[in-house]
Amino acid sequence: MTARLTARELTLRYGDRVVSARLTLDVPDGAFTAIVGPNACGKSTLLRAFVRLLKPADGQVTLDDRDVTAYPTKALARSLGFLPQDPVAPEDIRVRQLVARGRFPHQSLLSTWSAADEDAVTAAMEAAGVEDLADRPVHQLSGGQRQRTWIAVVLAQDTPYLLLDEPTSFLDITHQYQLLELLGGLRDQGRTVIAVLHDINQACRYADHLVAMKEGRIVAEGAAADIVDAVLLKEVFELPCVVVPDPVTGTPMVVPLPGASS
Amino acid sequence: MTGRRVALLSGALVLLVVVAVVGVGIGAHHVPVVEVVRALLDHNGSPDHVVVRDVRAPRALLAVGAGAALAVAGVLIQVLMRNPLAEPGVLGVTAGAGFAITAGSALGLAASPAGELGAAVAGAVIATLLVYSVGRRSPLRLVLTGVALTAVLSGLSLGLRLLLPDVFDRYRFWSVGSLAGREQAPNTVPLLVIAVAVACALLLARQLDAVELGETVAQTLGVNVHRVRLAALVLITVLSGAATAIAGPILFVGLMVPHLARRFAGSSVPWLTAFAAVLGPVLLLVADIGSRVLLPTGEVPVAIVTAFLGGPVLIWAVRRHGAVAAA
Ligand SMILES: Nc1ncnc2c1ncn2[C@@H]1O[C@H](COP(=O)(O)OP(=O)(O)OP(=O)(O)O)[C@@H](O)[C@H]1O
Ligand SMILES: [Mg+2]
Repeated sequence: MTARLTARELTLRYGDRVVSARLTLDVPDGAFTAIVGPNACGKSTLLRAFVRLLKPADGQVTLDDRDVTAYPTKALARSLGFLPQDPVAPEDIRVRQLVARGRFPHQSLLSTWSAADEDAVTAAMEAAGVEDLADRPVHQLSGGQRQRTWIAVVLAQDTPYLLLDEPTSFLDITHQYQLLELLGGLRDQGRTVIAVLHDINQACRYADHLVAMKEGRIVAEGAAADIVDAVLLKEVFELPCVVVPDPVTGTPMVVPLPGASS
Repeated sequence: MTGRRVALLSGALVLLVVVAVVGVGIGAHHVPVVEVVRALLDHNGSPDHVVVRDVRAPRALLAVGAGAALAVAGVLIQVLMRNPLAEPGVLGVTAGAGFAITAGSALGLAASPAGELGAAVAGAVIATLLVYSVGRRSPLRLVLTGVALTAVLSGLSLGLRLLLPDVFDRYRFWSVGSLAGREQAPNTVPLLVIAVAVACALLLARQLDAVELGETVAQTLGVNVHRVRLAALVLITVLSGAATAIAGPILFVGLMVPHLARRFAGSSVPWLTAFAAVLGPVLLLVADIGSRVLLPTGEVPVAIVTAFLGGPVLIWAVRRHGAVAAA
């Protein structure tokens, strides 16, 4: 698999707090990459560096061999779509209006709302399952409905790369699997998906490429079947467990042992 | 949705024209509406026509300019601060402009309308920078800083005026916020500046739509957030400075009108700006008519009328905002 989006020797830090040092990652193109790791290990920080929200203290992020800082802001926004962990909607806005704002990078100063914009917004709302909520105020939605609305915003942006920070949070189990299937479908259409996931079994089942992080480092990466075992889980999550094949897909399935938290 | 807003905006425009034409006829000397229209289209030099053309119509034009400027500045500042209770007055920008004009005239620097405008904009810029640098970390700090600065500057302005009564005789009404007596001054420059700034605000509005989603999302949607913020800040200071140069410190219009406009425009900043640019003038025209008829013997400064209207609206906005936050 080739990589067009890469992190080269990245050092990421907030003030004096170094989160990652000399981190290198090639994001396989046209594949579904899942990033897993314990809280505060630097997953969100890494995604923020990819979409240029965080300036690396050292190293660079490149897209098509070009440093992302060299791209005009809008051009980059037509390539990289990003869903942050905790976006906040403005007061009084309705679902459809919020999703429509995802079209911003495709519009110019004086251009009017086009049929292509309209189609992209409708398609995004259908894919995220919020078409029935179109006229509801966002602040009156449930946590899961709101999360799906934000996913629709990113889908409306219509980018070849989708970077999603915990897209399944707040979703019930059915909607979690619907979203993962949706992301798998987008990958099948040729898009590159990078998602931070907390459910390791979902990550094993849906991701082509798994990245396990701990304390800002990449501990292991590769196909789930090649890297996920009890030793890795012990090292990354300090979780005693057994790993068995998923009865449906055969991918690794993690089953924690009793008394795992002690 | 868009069709409804087009209809509403057209309705608001018609309302603006009606209020302007009818309002021009109202005052100590009453002029019938038919004569008002004739005075504007077919001037015959009669006393009625002279009153309309030389006094009332210019004053209405000033109300339109100041109203649009304050209302659009209010929209920009609310979106920029992501705070529905922000307005140029509350943030000390208006007081900064007012104090600069007062201090400028005390030093004999701001005698012409262009000088007043320059002083007002400079004062607004300094006040904005001051309030923003002290209070940028939270909306609450921002408002507290603005209120404190307003109190200090208003006190200083009052002190100057009491010390130098002769210099400030012609600013007597202006200093509390009034259009009375301002219509004789050549106000073309401030009005042109306002027109250009409102047009720029309309062009900036779509980017502000994205900025409203927060810095993170706006940045990843391709907005240069810092540049847009800076541009909005410049427009806010120019608009409030120009409005203050015309009419003195008028509070609450920048708060009231955006809330009114939100009812028609929803959450779209371009529509919000357009509605504010039409409804701001309507409000100020109505308040100015009120200022002329409330006291049969003289005039109540227009700022006092808007404050009477604005107090209750502020309470309404706070309660409504509280209800939304609690929901
Ligand atoms: N804005 C910030 N300023 C300072 N430190 C920060 C900031 N954001 C994150 N950190 C710190 O950086 C480290 C990595 O945080 P990050 O948000 O990347 O973790 P994460 O892996 O996404 O965790 P989670 O699973 O809880 O979302 C943490 O120690 C966190 O406290
Ligand atoms: Mg995170």
